[in-house]
Parts: sequence; C-alpha cells; structure tokens
Amino acid sequence: MRNIYYLKAVSEALFNEMEINPDVVVIGEDVRYSLRGITKGFIDIFGPDRVIDTPISEAGLTGVGTGAALSGLRPVLEFQICEFIFFAFDQLVDQAQKLRYMSGGKLKAPVTYLIASSGARGGMAGQHSDNPYPYLLHSGMKTVMPSTPYDAKGLLVSAIRDDDPVAVFLPVNSLGTKGDVPEEQYTIPLGKGEIKKEGKDITVVSTGHLVKIALETAEELESSGISVEVYDPRTLLPLDRELLFKSVKKTGRVIVFDDSNRTCGFAAEVSAIISEECFTYLKSPVRRITRADVPIPFNAQMESFVLPDKEKLIKVILKNF
Amino acid sequence: MTEKITKNLALELYRKMVLCRKFEEKVAELVNKNEIYGTTHEYVGEEAVAVGVCSALRNNDLITSTHRGHGHIISKGGDIRYMFAELLGRVNGCNKGKGGSMHIADPGIGILGANGIVGAGVPIAVGAALTIKIKKMDNVVISFFGDGASNQGVVHEAMNMASIWNLPVIFVCENNQYAVSTSVKYSLKIENISERSKAYGFEGKTIDGMDVLEVYNNTKEIVNKVRSENKPFLLECKTYRYSGHFTAEKILNLNYRTEDEINYYKSKCPILSFSTKILNDGICTKKELDDIDNLVINQIDEAVDFARKSKSPEPSDALKDMYATEYTGIPQKGWI
Repeated sequence: MRNIYYLKAVSEALFNEMEINPDVVVIGEDVRYSLRGITKGFIDIFGPDRVIDTPISEAGLTGVGTGAALSGLRPVLEFQICEFIFFAFDQLVDQAQKLRYMSGGKLKAPVTYLIASSGARGGMAGQHSDNPYPYLLHSGMKTVMPSTPYDAKGLLVSAIRDDDPVAVFLPVNSLGTKGDVPEEQYTIPLGKGEIKKEGKDITVVSTGHLVKIALETAEELESSGISVEVYDPRTLLPLDRELLFKSVKKTGRVIVFDDSNRTCGFAAEVSAIISEECFTYLKSPVRRITRADVPIPFNAQMESFVLPDKEKLIKVILKNF
Repeated sequence: MTEKITKNLALELYRKMVLCRKFEEKVAELVNKNEIYGTTHEYVGEEAVAVGVCSALRNNDLITSTHRGHGHIISKGGDIRYMFAELLGRVNGCNKGKGGSMHIADPGIGILGANGIVGAGVPIAVGAALTIKIKKMDNVVISFFGDGASNQGVVHEAMNMASIWNLPVIFVCENNQYAVSTSVKYSLKIENISERSKAYGFEGKTIDGMDVLEVYNNTKEIVNKVRSENKPFLLECKTYRYSGHFTAEKILNLNYRTEDEINYYKSKCPILSFSTKILNDGICTKKELDDIDNLVINQIDEAVDFARKSKSPEPSDALKDMYATEYTGIPQKGWI
C-alpha cells in the first residue's frame, strides 16, 4: 500500500480503466495537457481518439458524451469547474439522466461526469465555488463524493463500470490530501457508506472534504468526554440508509455537516429521512450545518463566514449537549 | 440528380409517404377523441424529408429525431403497431408507455430516440458519430432538427465539434419555416440555414424538401460522401407542415399563417406531386398506387386494433426502468 495524493488515486483509477476497457474514453476541456492533472500524460499512452479535448462547449460535450454512451462507448467527461454543469443542465438532467426511463429501458447511457474540483478553494468567488450536487440528486442521478484517496479510486472505478450516468464530485479541498491506496484496481460499490469513526453520543453525517474536519473535531472532543461517530455516505445517491439509521439509532443525536446550499440541499434530504425513519430514537432535533444560501463571496472573511467549518461544527455539537 | 428511378423504389417511397400521412391522420383523430392522452406534433406535409432521407440509409445507420418525429421513426423502419401502442400508453409500446409521442426510441433499428427538447438530439448524434469514428465502423448518423433548433446554442456547439473531429454525421435541417408561431423570416437574417455550414468548415446544401426524389438522391450522394470522407454535412430541406405546431393548436386561434399560404403548400403536397410524376412518367399504374393506399389503410387499422388490445402497464411499473445498474432504495417513491 502506498501513501498517495487523492488526485493521483483518481488519475490511477481512470488510467487503469482505460487500459482494461478500450471503450473508456475521456472527453473534456484541456484534458490533453490536463489542467487539473487527472489525465496528465494520458494522451501519449491512449492517443487523441481516447483523450479528446473539446472546445469550450459544455452543453455540447455533455450531449456528445450521451450519444457516445448510447452507441457503445463508456465516456468519462471531465468538468474542470463544477459550475460548468449549469451550461449542460438540459443535457445532464433532461437527456442523459432521463433517456433510459423514457425509452422504457431500451437506451443505456453509461457515462461518468468527473467534476474535477467542487466547492470553495478560496478566493474564487461565486462562480467557481459551488457544490451543485443537489441539483443532480434531485433528478435521480447517481452521485458520489469520495472523501479519501482510497474511496476516490474505488468509487470512480464503480462509477465508470456502472451502466448509468454517474456524477463524481471531487472536493477541491480533498485533491491535495494523501492516503493509503492499493496499487491494483479495486471497486467500492455505490450506495455503501462508511463509519469513518465509531462513537456513541452523536452522529455527524459528513460529506466530501468535511469528513476530514469531522474526524479532527471528533478527536478534539474526545477529551471533553463527547464521543462523536462520523458517518460518511460516500455515495449521495443511492444513499446508504441502513448504515445511517443504525448510527442514528445508536447515538440518538445527529448533525448533518454538508457543504452544499441549505435550502433543498443534501443535508435537508438527510434530515428529512432521519425524521421519517428514526423519529422515536432522537434525543434532540436533527441539526444541519451547511453553507449559507448566497453565492460564495470573494472576501476571505466573508467566505469563511458562509462556509461550514470546524468552529461551527463544534459549536453546534456543544449546543446539543 | 437525373438518376432514373426504378419502379420498386418509386412504389416504396410512395408507400412510406402514404404510411406517414395516414398514420398522422389517424393519430390526430385519436388525439381529438382523447383516446391518445396529451397531444402530438404531426408530420403532415413534411413526409418527403423523412422518407427521402431514411430510404437512402442502411439499417445500421443511426438517427436522432425530434418532437415531430413519427415520420422519422416510420421511415427508419419503426413498427407502427408498437408506435400506436406507445401512443396509447400500452405496455408493449416502443417505450412501454413511458415516453409517448415525442420520445420513441428503437436502438435495434438505429433510432437513438426522438426528443422533446428542441435541438437536444443534435449533440447526441455527434456523440454517436464519435463512437463510429473511434470504433472504426462505417455507418453514418443523421440528426434531424428544425429551423427552430438551428438557433439553439447546443446545435452550434455540436456542429463545430463534428467538424473539428471529422465525424460522419449529416445534419438534416427540416426547415418547415415556423418555430411554433415564429416565422424564419423573423428568426433568421439569412435565406438558407445551410449557409451556416461554411462557418463550421463543412459543406451544406438547401434543397426542395417537398420533393421526395430530390431528397432521396441528394441524401444518397451525401451519405456516400460522408462515409468516404468522414466529414459532416448540413442538408437543409425546405418544407411545410400542414397542421398546427401540435394537434389542438386550432382552438388557440393563433393565425400566424394565412390560409393562402397553407393552401399554396398543400398544392405542392409531396405525395400528390410524386404520384402525379410517377404516373406521368409511366413508372407505375393508378391501380398500383390505389392498392398501396388500401394496404396502408388496412395496416393502420390493424395496428390501432393491436394497440387497443394491448395491455396497460401496472401503475407501479412507473418505478421501473429508471436505472440500468440497479440498487435497492432507488428510485424512491414520493410517499412512505
């Protein structure tokens, strides 16, 4: 097992899949020279037929991905910036995601959307800092957001091998983290969450880069006698409800710690499910810590004011005791 | 374009156009009787385009279609029994009753789906052409779209990508001159949409879309060119729809077209003008055409009968077919 960067784990997963399966192609902007670093050097190995640079045409390239998937390829589309999916909205939610159902199961679109840097990286303001996965969850699109290099590799492989559109959000704040990752190709099934740390007093449902923060928080609070359980769904849809309910039933207290918008966000959905399924086990109301419903402001102090962070998490945990 | 037409081809083009026409007439009747749920967008008047184009294709050539797609599906070889069953929302409809009029898909005969969103099928066609190139196959893709779609941004993106990647796709613009109520005289500053091909670096041509032979012969030639040169092509067929944008448009009383204009194009009816021509040229007899008419009418009656006798899906089938790789828990119902 090696200790490698998250970004490297992602790159390795994609590279290996392209080696294994000639139908896997990567399509996106700047994928030859690889602005994001995921496909660096791929062009030399796989050539321009399988490492396909597109013009700045996000809606068009998404449609191209769908057409390629419908006709026998297994494309992986890279979106450099998460907001680029807004251009492609019709092609994502009205085309790729609906075609199978609307064709009565005749069409199949095995396409992976690699959203290569999601969330606020600092100083990029309102159009480069979103976490727009709730829009896709709303449409029923399978969506994963790995929090560790290990999860990133295994989940990306599963996403590529899945026969439906799958959105893979890579949190920008996780790309530079390191972790143990096996060299060989492996899969982590979609829909399987993980208890990243066991605890007995409170469950923190955390996603993406916030998992690491939740784990640090859990460690810090250990000395104050609060035992925090950290649940990472890893896949946002399908959600591992069983594991979630098990954790909630054990602790009776839940905080959903998620960096998408508050209104109709992922945290809202998780809270609703818990109140429907685990109401009698709850010792206090489910709390959400999300970003504020505003575009991410440029100014650093304002930026951190609106984002979920450790300080806010600790405050809410302590308030619940 | 003076290639002599064989009797078989003439009768086949005629049969398909009549089938498209009679199909739509029956559809309108069933919509008006509320036997077909919702509404449809009839292809009446435009038959020469779909029939001319699709008759020049191989079975494994691919198409993407539009909201006004019945003619494309029929011309590409769609089975009208399953089409009617779909329009009646039955379980053995093309899409198991989940798509209806605007979404008929049949990948087995190269139909990658009709589309309810104007222009949305065009990049999908380009993606299919990318597959053909990468897998080194020799089929082509036809992307049908209208004058309205020609102004969608995604169509521009798709044409540009098809061009830079040298893809075997033919963009067939069915210019019926109206995007719902908006005339091309208002929405375009150019005379011919095919002129836009120059801007992307490939060839384009505008032809009379009311003349099935012109459409067929041009498509044959263009398909060969695209197959051998691996370059896209933009073929604009000037045509006209006799019906409103959708079945019940009349009651809205929009009056964006004059009766004179509609009558003018009706006098150029693609079926009537073609039958007149092949009769005058002595290619076939009146009786042969009448026989085809009768056959088509019977075929349609049988297809409607088939559809009516088909079972409705279970309401709970609404939760099926969402995913190709299934997981427990999805899709979720909207209640507990």
